[in-house]
Amino acid sequence: MPVDTATVKKIASLARIAISDEDAAKLAPELDNIMGWIEQLGEVDTKDVAPMTAVIPNHLRLREDVVTDGNVRDLVLANAPQAEHGFFTVPKVIE
Amino acid sequence: MTDLTDLGVAAIRDGVREGAFSAREVANAFIAKVQSAKVLNAFLVETPDHAIAAADAADAAKAAGETLKPLAGVPIGMKDLFCTKDVPATAASLILEGFSPTYESTVSGKLFAAGAGMLGKLNMDQFAMGSSNETSAFGNVISPWRRNDGGNAALAPGGSSGGSSAAISARLCPAATGTDTGGSIRQPAAFTGISGIKPTYGRCSRWGVVAFSSSLDQAGPMARDVRDCAIMLEAMTGFDPKDATSLDLPVPQWEAGLSADLKGKTIGIPKQYRVDNMPPEIEALWQQGIQWARDAGAEIIEVSLPHTKYALPAYYIIAPAEASSNLARYDGVRYGLRDLPEGANLQDMYAATRAAGFGSEVKRRIMIGTYVLSAGFYDAYFTQASKVRTLIARDFEQAFEKCDLLLTPTAPSAAFALGEKQADPIAMYLNDVFTVPASLAGLPAMSVPGGLDAQGLPLGLQIIGRPLDEQGVLNAGLAIEQRAGFVARPEAWW
Amino acid sequence: MADATAPYRITGETGEWEVVVGLEVHAQVTSNAKLFSGAATAFGAEPNTQVSLVDAAMPGMLPVPNRECIRQAVRTGMAIDAQINKWSRFDRKNYFYADLPQGYQISQLYHPIVGEGAIDISLDEKNPDASGKRIGVERIHVEQDAGKLMHDQHPTRSYVDLNRSGVALMEIVSKPDMRSPQEAGAYLAKLRSILRYVGSCDGNMDQGSMRADVNVSVRKPGDEFGTRTETKNVNSVRFVMQVVEQEAKRQVAVIEAGGRIVQETRLYDPDRGETRSMRSKEDAHDYRYFPDPDLLPLELDDAFLEECRASLPELPDAKRARYEAAGITPYQAAVLTADVDSALWFDTLLEAGAKPVAAANWTTSELFGALNRTGKDIATSPVSPGQAAELLGLVADGTLSGSLAKQVFEIMLETGDGAAKIVDERGLKQTSDTGAIEGVIAGILAANADKVEQYKGGKEALFGFFVGQTMKAMQGKANPQVVNELLKKALA
Ligand SMILES: [Mg+2]
Ligand SMILES: [Zn+2]
Repeated sequence: MPVDTATVKKIASLARIAISDEDAAKLAPELDNIMGWIEQLGEVDTKDVAPMTAVIPNHLRLREDVVTDGNVRDLVLANAPQAEHGFFTVPKVIE
Repeated sequence: MTDLTDLGVAAIRDGVREGAFSAREVANAFIAKVQSAKVLNAFLVETPDHAIAAADAADAAKAAGETLKPLAGVPIGMKDLFCTKDVPATAASLILEGFSPTYESTVSGKLFAAGAGMLGKLNMDQFAMGSSNETSAFGNVISPWRRNDGGNAALAPGGSSGGSSAAISARLCPAATGTDTGGSIRQPAAFTGISGIKPTYGRCSRWGVVAFSSSLDQAGPMARDVRDCAIMLEAMTGFDPKDATSLDLPVPQWEAGLSADLKGKTIGIPKQYRVDNMPPEIEALWQQGIQWARDAGAEIIEVSLPHTKYALPAYYIIAPAEASSNLARYDGVRYGLRDLPEGANLQDMYAATRAAGFGSEVKRRIMIGTYVLSAGFYDAYFTQASKVRTLIARDFEQAFEKCDLLLTPTAPSAAFALGEKQADPIAMYLNDVFTVPASLAGLPAMSVPGGLDAQGLPLGLQIIGRPLDEQGVLNAGLAIEQRAGFVARPEAWW
Repeated sequence: MADATAPYRITGETGEWEVVVGLEVHAQVTSNAKLFSGAATAFGAEPNTQVSLVDAAMPGMLPVPNRECIRQAVRTGMAIDAQINKWSRFDRKNYFYADLPQGYQISQLYHPIVGEGAIDISLDEKNPDASGKRIGVERIHVEQDAGKLMHDQHPTRSYVDLNRSGVALMEIVSKPDMRSPQEAGAYLAKLRSILRYVGSCDGNMDQGSMRADVNVSVRKPGDEFGTRTETKNVNSVRFVMQVVEQEAKRQVAVIEAGGRIVQETRLYDPDRGETRSMRSKEDAHDYRYFPDPDLLPLELDDAFLEECRASLPELPDAKRARYEAAGITPYQAAVLTADVDSALWFDTLLEAGAKPVAAANWTTSELFGALNRTGKDIATSPVSPGQAAELLGLVADGTLSGSLAKQVFEIMLETGDGAAKIVDERGLKQTSDTGAIEGVIAGILAANADKVEQYKGGKEALFGFFVGQTMKAMQGKANPQVVNELLKKALA
């Protein structure tokens, strides 16, 4: 499926990256080219092949249910572009 | 007196232990070098105080007659992907403008605990996305190498650990951290005539390292020779309960285990790595490398890795897909850049912030990743790529039934000029054709310098090992290093 | 009043409509720490104090799963007889919102930890013969909760509190098996009861520990499923029932007016008793799920599963059956087992030696009545099961009459003293001393000669009057049976 300008704009919107019509038009053939190159993967017969789930055989470890963290509000908020009264703040959201 | 900056990790460590010079002298020498090499743009942040404090601690320990730590007195560079406490970290992106981590990455913490000091944070491709260090928001890193044609075209130091490779080859630091997602330690090492090893996936903790592609990212050391890599690697690796993919294994004594004797080892030469348009010099170096391995006692056989050609396209689905999600946290809410246009709502703020903060290659990969995961495409792209990844790993497994190690060129070309490949993303991606397969399979792999091309630029050879066989990889690297006798270094023009 | 067994129908202009309901319940897993970080989960902390750098999605932070959260999900699955998947994995659900610091929620889409199970509901607890129904559960998966946004603190800004961010949730997804507000309400109440028995969720709906997404569609009976809407985060059984009713009526009205139902997310406004469209969540339903590369697949071994199973308590249905087998009425058994706290209280009472039937009668009438009156619940009951057993023992051995027991109980509630002590100190012991009672009876009959005359003349209803007078004169302490016998003899 070709990647056209409309697709680029849709993807950019999903990815929350503002893009001008002009840039979207420029990016479309570029992404289309890359996706065309990637399409060759379709040649590979992967019937009966399981997708890789662990790069190196390993088991998911579980931690114990102990409170070991938190109570670090100053650290959590230290880099905030905007914080007030112990909260991060964002432009008002209407739900 | 010798120039202390000509010394590597082992020599500095030993010299400080023996009292041949003080750690402070070493730190000062490198700090001065860093100062004088700003034109290379290798460092984003300089932290001389950190290096001096560590040096003074080493000297004090020495004076007190204490046993010195493994890296006491050794000042290193830190790729800016590692969060170090209270030092700005940007991953070379504007989106992390002003961000100062309140925490220490596990790997940097281990290095500091081993006595290393930090000279500064090293420039890199933005979010580790790139093979030439041209995607940094803070300017290209310039390779210290120049072609011998008399021109002075600025060359790429490789990427994404381009600040690391440039700094080490220019003797601004004896060693540095790198990260390797699809070749980002090995390819820049090859481009600048140094060594670098990506250990088995899971050896180095990813905790506190800005994520690019979680299933591929792996930290590793870059240094001037194999022994220094082994010393650094020992300090960087180890089980970390904070990383669920960390391997719960003891750290081998790689330095003590070094041996250049390859008797009894079988080295496989993957025939699919003989790609179209490979420069004859690369082919020649490869043949030379095979001969060196044979001289070191190894048996050489040809092996087949049939899915090699699909590694790059699979990588360019998996890595961007994971990145598109990993980079969603850069939204202007909790840290970093916030772009809030007049009257913008929350979603507008996200879009404006991310448009302003991410560079074009990062955006390109986020877009690719978003596209391949989006409704209706997931199975055709991501699931298929994950299956191909299984096949690629299986290729290696089958090859390793017949041989112990694989030997290949590291990159299909020597360093190219900055700007030369920027117009064509796929041409740039193809630079990682030899390094990406081992990344997809999580295997340990290393690049060592093998020689110079006709233009006087370094070329690297890559050794790939079985999972957890870093020792085998390092030993083969050492065997080649000893026979290559690579001593070339860039003439200081900066 | 509709018969509980008749199908629930909405009568529209074009005839009868059937409602189809499925519930997705988010239940907060009872744990000390969060699903993927070591920050605390307790309710009501200062903003952003129960937040680790992992929860705030700082660069380079990584998730490590909490064993207890996994264990509780497995135990919950076992409690509803569900398939437990020994191999599951976590996926990322990607979307942008200010309460979601990572830009994705770690959840389970493709391989949930718990597969199909079922919950039996009863549609009328008071009527043991009312039909029950089995509601299918599609799956249970484990996922992260989001943070909280506050919109009323500042004129132009919303405030973000990440205390809940990363708290473990079980999402329990039912099949679309419910057909009425009553069924939906009964399912949610029963699910809540099971979770509280298992101890995997405290069920505090007013604190948000349990919220239901209510999926509603309507159809003509026998037709294919209609298009459904999803009303988010409904936080009480009553509201869920209201949502089903209101939303079904709204959909019927829309369809009958020639409109079409759009699949959408809605919000319930309890003040206005209606649902409304939630457009803010409508823009991008493309969550780009994929396996979380920071986490390996979750593999459960037999030892873990055995421990989970062995730690399961007796569940409400089994307990209820046991009570009924002991002679307790089905209604009382249902009341006693509805909530784990009263059931455990009652079990302790039985263990202390109380006779099941008498204990059930007393608990459901006297104790629950008193708790109701004083605004307390079983957890804060001023009378312990041990004290209650003592009281019931005094009734059983004839020391106390029913009415004396009531008096003693009132005093127990006031003073906290034990029954025997109260009986002793206040002389409230019932007397069967025939001599004393005969003396009192003689006096009463003498003082009411006219009534004795009338009684003997055939007005037998006066017998009760004589009993009452005798008991009153005995200050309630006379054994009523003895009083009866002696009165009959005296009046013969
Ligand atoms: Mg839902
Ligand atoms: Zn959910």
